[in-house]
Amino acid sequence: MTSGFKGSKEKSSEQKMIMAADTFCTSLKRNGVNLASGVPCAVQKYIIDRLVKDAEIPYVQAAREEDAIGIGVGAYLAGKKPIILMQNSGLANCMNAFASLLLPYRIPLLFLVTWRGCPGEDAPQHFVMGRATTGLLEVLGVPFSVLSMENVETTISNSTHLMQEQHVPVVMLIRRGTFE
Amino acid sequence: MRRYKAIETICQSIGKNDAVVSSTGLISRDLLAIKDSPQNFYMVGSMGLASSIGLGLAVCQNNRRVVIIEGDGSILMNMGSMSTIAHSCPRNLLHLVLDNEAYDSSGGQPTTSKTTRLEEVARAAGYRFVRKVGSRNELRQSLTDSTNKGPAFILAKIEKDGSRNSPRVLELVEIKRRFQEWLKDTTDTKPHRNSQRAEAQKRLAVIRNDASSKHLS
Repeated sequence: MTSGFKGSKEKSSEQKMIMAADTFCTSLKRNGVNLASGVPCAVQKYIIDRLVKDAEIPYVQAAREEDAIGIGVGAYLAGKKPIILMQNSGLANCMNAFASLLLPYRIPLLFLVTWRGCPGEDAPQHFVMGRATTGLLEVLGVPFSVLSMENVETTISNSTHLMQEQHVPVVMLIRRGTFE
Repeated sequence: MRRYKAIETICQSIGKNDAVVSSTGLISRDLLAIKDSPQNFYMVGSMGLASSIGLGLAVCQNNRRVVIIEGDGSILMNMGSMSTIAHSCPRNLLHLVLDNEAYDSSGGQPTTSKTTRLEEVARAAGYRFVRKVGSRNELRQSLTDSTNKGPAFILAKIEKDGSRNSPRVLELVEIKRRFQEWLKDTTDTKPHRNSQRAEAQKRLAVIRNDASSKHLS
């Protein structure tokens, strides 16, 4: 009885995450996003699973986060509207791509970045970058906001409008638990 | 073969619908000096990312050839992209590495490419056409032979020369804007493998039209 109860609870939780990922991807499409690239993060598992199945947003697996940005830039130049997915550890790998490619060429790219290292984080390797994430984006001059299940459509829509108006990359941060 | 001569040779094989992505430092500067064109995207910063940008272009613009020109120092910074490119397998991508075994843009310090067979890396990564060349004639021949065989990788061994006579690339936003505009203006919805083949098809069509009109008359 106990194990059966536990099983159904896990299943319903997974169903919830699949639905949340679906809401996110539907909103991306509504806002014109038509290509994705990135390096996986466990928090984004359901989103990536969903994107891989979606023919309208082809997902190109990159070797590292900068590689994903390059792919996104090529796609943008070719007229696409890409989203780049990564963890904030990967964002740290990408500082030069922001500083010497996206910002000086004024290339608007949409990012979904998992914000590891927030209060409650148990993995010590994320503590430093967790504290530095928003400060780094501010110093670079990259607009960002925190996306939650309650504001998916408005965050994606505001971010894409900002990209169009200002020709800058825009980052949407998600905390652990948003899609997992 | 010197870098400038190698880039001149490459430019001679660039068709009017080919898009070119050139990498950081003297390669972009030489390309600007030899043949500035809206077809060129000069990537002056973000060292290592020319191949990734080329891949993004190639998968979204599969009706035109995308030519990536970078150095050995550059590809060594982003060797993972060789796997990404081979996995995506764009038929229209040509990846050229000008290998002088040095960081020539920053004073000629040696890279590690002397002891790494980059052409073997490309082959193992899964490129469909791989060639190593050492002269202008070999480079010219391999540029022709690689047509329609992408993802293609040509490693051109060049001399270290340190010449930096070409001008710096400055107008980054303008370079992006005109490249985008050129891509948009020249996007052909009809499938063709490359401009040469399209030209050949056009010529054939003209011949056929001539023949049919003769027949009719």
